Amino acid sequence: MSHDIETTITLNGKPVTRRVAPRTHLIDFLRDEMGLTGSHVGCEHGVCGACTIRLDGKIVRGCLTLAVQANGRSVDTIEGLSDSGELAAIQKAFHERNALQCGFCTPGMLMAAQDLLLHKPDASREEIREHISGNYCRCTGYQAIVDAIEIVLKQNKAKVTG
Amino acid sequence: MKSPAFAYARPASLGEVFTLLKTHGDGAKLLAGGQSLLATLNLRLSAPDILIDITALPGLSGISVGKDTVRIGALTTHREIEHSGDIAKYLPLLAQAVPHVAHVAIRNVGTFGGSIAMADPAAEYPAVCVALDAQFVIAGAKGERRVAAREFFKGMYETALQPGEVLVAGEFKIAATGYRAAFLELARRHGDYAIVGLAAQADCSGGKYSDVSLAFLGAGGEPVLARTTAAALEGKAFGPDTIALAQNTLAKDLDPPADLYSSSATKLHLARVITGRALAALAAAAT
Repeated sequence: MSHDIETTITLNGKPVTRRVAPRTHLIDFLRDEMGLTGSHVGCEHGVCGACTIRLDGKIVRGCLTLAVQANGRSVDTIEGLSDSGELAAIQKAFHERNALQCGFCTPGMLMAAQDLLLHKPDASREEIREHISGNYCRCTGYQAIVDAIEIVLKQNKAKVTG
Repeated sequence: MKSPAFAYARPASLGEVFTLLKTHGDGAKLLAGGQSLLATLNLRLSAPDILIDITALPGLSGISVGKDTVRIGALTTHREIEHSGDIAKYLPLLAQAVPHVAHVAIRNVGTFGGSIAMADPAAEYPAVCVALDAQFVIAGAKGERRVAAREFFKGMYETALQPGEVLVAGEFKIAATGYRAAFLELARRHGDYAIVGLAAQADCSGGKYSDVSLAFLGAGGEPVLARTTAAALEGKAFGPDTIALAQNTLAKDLDPPADLYSSSATKLHLARVITGRALAALAAAAT
């Protein structure tokens, strides 16, 4: 009844084709089938944000997306964005501000943070908090994370005006 | 947890959807954004035989503005609504409500129609649609029908949708000049389901409230329209006495069920608090 379905995804810029069971979450496909274990699996019902990835350029929950739903679409993970250098500034700021402790939430947090940096260059601290409100961190208390994102927003603004 | 196994189909036309729904009956579930459905599958609260992914259907997405109405296709995402200039201009109540829907990563995917068909008692859109007296367009194998939002929500997760039917759009009348809107909710954390919330609209011209709609979420199995309170507000001037009148009348309309964290009395108190804030916001927006 539930036979596997051939699924082609542009994954971090490269096409991959696999047969997947319909019930397979995109996040499990990425981790277990493709070996991309940078994105984490937390709550598996869309609350914690640890599995945040990009689907067609927009951040989504990897645990609330089926791999078959990504057929014909592009998926970018923390590995792809990290390797391309897109996240370099925000990764540096997280490091400098000590914006992580155990690091479990960090890949998802970086994906959400980068989404804000791209789409809301003038965000206030309150808007930063709103934007990462779907990404839980149980270690830091968020202050350092908000600081790190704010630093990169300021750097980006200085680049534009400077 | 992982979801139990199911089959998956992604039909390209409504006709194919109707055929699949007929073949699989109760074993089929429609998949749009999946932001509530996949969570319930992962929690094994539901175990369908097949998911029918309707996101490839043409004509079910997008916002269109007519002469007197705004139509929102079922597959329109929360994010599209949030960023739509037309929604901000013509349906300010919906524009105020959408930032309260979950978080960005979920708003990118979750859909208008999904939220309506799911009919979660604490969800924002059902209350907004009831407040605005919206109509839902429902397609079936035999054709289309329209159901008023005020008739559509039948109880917790229960709607007027019949087996084999698909919700295809919502239609909203554009409010006349002078109408103001306010959406407020109280939640334990941003993006969490509301403890209680209020979608309010009224004609606020001339320093008084008339044609008031107050639809509460989280206050019952479906959105609750506070008809007695709205009637009491008719023609009353802005001010603290009018707000007190509304707050004192509210118990005639609301008898909210307790949830895990809040008693019925607490919810009624919080409903009074947001009613006061909403009426003040409506008055402030009009002056």
